[in-house]
Amino acid sequence: MMRGAIPDLKVEVGPLKLKNPVLAASGTFGYGQEFSELVDLSLLGGIVIKGLSLRPRAGNPPPRIVETPCGMLNAIGLANIGLEVFLKEKLPWLRELDTAVIVNIYGHTIEEYGLLAAALKGVDGISAIEVNVSCPNVECGGLAFGTDPDVTARVTEEVLQRTDKPVVVKLSPNVTDIRSIASAAERAGAHALSLINTLTGMAIDIETRKPKLANISGGLSGPAIRPVALYMVYQVVRCVRIPVIGMGGIMDHRDALQYLLAGAKAVQVGTANFVRPQATVEIIEGLKRYCTENRVSSIREIIGALETG
Amino acid sequence: MIDRDAEILFNKEIARDTYLMGLRAPQIAAQAKPGQFVMIRVRPGMDPLLRRPFSICGITGGENIVILYRVVGMGTALMSGVEEGNRMAVLGPLGRGFEMPGADQASVLVAGGMGVAPLIFLSRQLEPSSRTFMAGYGTAAEIVPMDQVAHDPMELLIATDDGSFGHKGPVTDLLEIHLAGMGRQLPTVFTCGPLAMLKRIGRLAAQRGFPCQASLESNMACGLGACLGCAVRSASGRERTYDLVCRDGPVFPVQSIDWESL
Repeated sequence: MMRGAIPDLKVEVGPLKLKNPVLAASGTFGYGQEFSELVDLSLLGGIVIKGLSLRPRAGNPPPRIVETPCGMLNAIGLANIGLEVFLKEKLPWLRELDTAVIVNIYGHTIEEYGLLAAALKGVDGISAIEVNVSCPNVECGGLAFGTDPDVTARVTEEVLQRTDKPVVVKLSPNVTDIRSIASAAERAGAHALSLINTLTGMAIDIETRKPKLANISGGLSGPAIRPVALYMVYQVVRCVRIPVIGMGGIMDHRDALQYLLAGAKAVQVGTANFVRPQATVEIIEGLKRYCTENRVSSIREIIGALETG
Repeated sequence: MIDRDAEILFNKEIARDTYLMGLRAPQIAAQAKPGQFVMIRVRPGMDPLLRRPFSICGITGGENIVILYRVVGMGTALMSGVEEGNRMAVLGPLGRGFEMPGADQASVLVAGGMGVAPLIFLSRQLEPSSRTFMAGYGTAAEIVPMDQVAHDPMELLIATDDGSFGHKGPVTDLLEIHLAGMGRQLPTVFTCGPLAMLKRIGRLAAQRGFPCQASLESNMACGLGACLGCAVRSASGRERTYDLVCRDGPVFPVQSIDWESL
């Protein structure tokens, strides 16, 4: 590449075109507004908004979070403002941003996923839908949708039938073999996959002898999970043809590069936003620097460039 | 709201396990109001991962913020060892602070332990003749020496659990005595401290009808209203709803919190 030329960071995740491969992960960036005083949001590849349900949801009782070695457990309980308030109060503001807005949705029945997808169909300012299949399925004894290939496929089909937006299925790592779920979502027609969601865990206070989270268990995130997440991304990239968005403990551009080298077309940054609100922008700058220093003209040359020989 | 690396001007133990830290943060100092807080990254690296929230205890020289903390865990233990001249990332000012009382309104500040921090900042902005400041500690060794924190001498009523200094018993005893002395006049009460103390003051406020603002503590990941980790159940309405300590507080009207849920 020419010395001094600005590296091209544009990527395509199936039908979803991004100005760079760095997205803010759902549940760690609110509705974007929360970070707007600290981050130039137009620099981001995209924002995945906090998981949205049909109706507002209060969430779990506190304590909801606890720090663990190099990570944190959260049991927020999918608290969110609900579809109606999102469309009326948040989307008009988000629409004005020069960045991709991806709406993360979840339901407690397959029908609820469909209703959400239908409500977002044709709505201006939404670049894609990310389907959270990690929440409990009330029709199936509370087992998470995403732990069963057939149920994952049915949720994916339902969403695809009801919307015109690109559909990304966000996979749970709390399964025996994530590749079987990934393949099921692919066969059902998903445009892309994102992984991983948090790993289930717990922590106990030895003085009170109680769980540190009111919900007992929570989702582990942060750098503690990165090697696990990275390997799952590596595995899934090799078993599906659709693009994969990688996430799990990405703190800086070196972490992001590992996911890109493993074959992820884009990455999501989550817990790092809590530690350094500007983490996403710093990662984008770091990727540019890496490309320049390594004479790489496009970040796309990095994607899947892992050498295992 | 600003996120900057701030230089540590001093970091000294002023009572048992209790430290006073000064940080050069002109933009945060210029915006900060009593009751607001900052999120501090104790050190770079992955462990501890999250920032820690600290009430702003004061502003000095117009450009420095002062925080007061007790060593309670890994984060504060590491913090206590950081020497002046080093830098730490400081994000703030965050949250909603105290609503100032009317000019002729009498106010009572009731602190428990480290709860004294935001109330010291508040007391500076209240007319000395109209405010009464009381603080409770476990024992005399924990008492924050006000001459080290405040430049102007500040009269404090002290209570200790073990009676080693001042009134023996909870600081709420002092509040009750003070209220009795005021007769029918009702002060505005500002409070911060352990949950048991806040609950007791909440009950007193409901019984006696004085307005009361309480500053709450919580685990927090972001301080920005994004992680939703610092939820506290609100008293309003039949449906279960939560406020966020970081965004809707940390200062709340005492009647707006469902104290029984805590």
